[in-house]
Amino acid sequence: MSKEFKPKIISFLCKWCTYSGADLAGTNRMKYPASILPVRVMCSSRVNPVFMVKSFLHGADGVFVGGCHPGDCHYQSGNYFTRRRFAILTRIFDTLGMESERLKLSWISAAEGVKFVRVTTEFTEEIKSMGENPAKKKVFL
Amino acid sequence: MDQILSIDKGAEEGLVQLLKFLLENDKVSGVFTLRKTTGKGFFDYALITEPGLLEDAIPLHPFMNVNGGKIISSLPPMKKPVAAVIRPCELRSFVELVKRSQGSIDDFLLISYTCGGSFPFDKTLKDNGQKLLPGYWKAVEKGVDSENIRQSCASCEHFVPQNADITVSLLGEKDLRSKCLMYLHSERSMAMTEEFDAEISDGQLEIKRFEALLEKRSEQKKKDFKEINIEDSGLDGMIDLFGRCIGCHGCMRVCPICQCVLCDFESCGYDPDTSVIANELPVRGGVRVPTDTVLFHIGRLSHMSFSCVGCGQCTEVCPADIPVSTLFRKTGEQVAGIFDYIPGRDVDEEIPVTIFKEDELSELGND
Repeated sequence: MSKEFKPKIISFLCKWCTYSGADLAGTNRMKYPASILPVRVMCSSRVNPVFMVKSFLHGADGVFVGGCHPGDCHYQSGNYFTRRRFAILTRIFDTLGMESERLKLSWISAAEGVKFVRVTTEFTEEIKSMGENPAKKKVFL
Repeated sequence: MDQILSIDKGAEEGLVQLLKFLLENDKVSGVFTLRKTTGKGFFDYALITEPGLLEDAIPLHPFMNVNGGKIISSLPPMKKPVAAVIRPCELRSFVELVKRSQGSIDDFLLISYTCGGSFPFDKTLKDNGQKLLPGYWKAVEKGVDSENIRQSCASCEHFVPQNADITVSLLGEKDLRSKCLMYLHSERSMAMTEEFDAEISDGQLEIKRFEALLEKRSEQKKKDFKEINIEDSGLDGMIDLFGRCIGCHGCMRVCPICQCVLCDFESCGYDPDTSVIANELPVRGGVRVPTDTVLFHIGRLSHMSFSCVGCGQCTEVCPADIPVSTLFRKTGEQVAGIFDYIPGRDVDEEIPVTIFKEDELSELGND
């Protein structure tokens, strides 16, 4: 019997919105995939693109960044910078011919537990259909 | 309308005469230029305050040992501006550094020239480039590429300086050895040269005459970008390309844009803990060391590629012969394209990662 592929998705979640959204999902006894490995950050703009590249090259099947909706940032404008950086990084991945589909950015507020479950489930399914991250098994780190 | 100064001397001689005038008459506090170091043919950038030392100045020598834009950003502030003779790509990198609060445009009288490119390190170090010079200047007179210039120069589209106070016209000037034409773009450059002994007329640098060269360079750029062929090879291509990286970080050190005081890749947090390697082994079956060379380059791309001016220093210093510059320019153009940004275009234009618009990129993050 072949083992089912269980992806690992490193998730950088903004403390004020998406992380609280995940909490809400939990207190409402909703289930989100165990593939999500949350890392709490004070703001999505704390996420240096290098964090995402490092997660990817060290074998994460997906990298997820969750922040507040544009305009709702706890620090006024952090997520706008996140958005620009994310656009830059995906463009770099595309130019280098790497799988930018493994990177995901989503705005999920503290009230959107249902959305958190939906988005993470969908992303997990997408990654599952893509298969393992090829970087995982390379001798090159 | 710009002013044109014309002197009946060779271009380099005429420029040195102007520099001497500026320094002797206390219009500037110093002159930053290439200069023969020992008289044996070696040369270096120097900040000069004693007019006599300008005898050895060779401001138009087609060799870039370090990126001048990076160097002038580290010069001490002086009472009056410093006249700096730098090539267009160096000027663009200085503008990028000014945007990063690492220099002030007012501290310098920026003198640049229509650039025919510079030689690669190896060609110049063999015989100090002396044998190549006659052919180079002949090509510049005709306004075409010399065959010996760097790859990054042969595909450079920004050979006409922007943001310069004074532009010395070189490319396509037939009387380069007997006539020196200098275009004054700014009011302060006009004020400083008022008493300078030269013919003054009004006029503008014609861009039209560069069309053929620009087209050739664009073609070459397309060819170079195609040759490196990164988008088809993906992760394996990256591993191929950077498999020979020895992790010396030389490309980063010579880069005029990479100037963070606290660099991610220089911090101890960057070197993986031995336990990381131990944990990776069971999965990968083997780990290439030094680790994280691909991470280093993609990380650097994500931090500064949009500001890459394509000076080519990184390729020059790479001991493993990796075409770093082509990769950075190609990716940088893609990234800068998102924000319609051209590095070095305008001092007041902010770098893309420090600003944002509320109503942009709305397709991102919505589910």
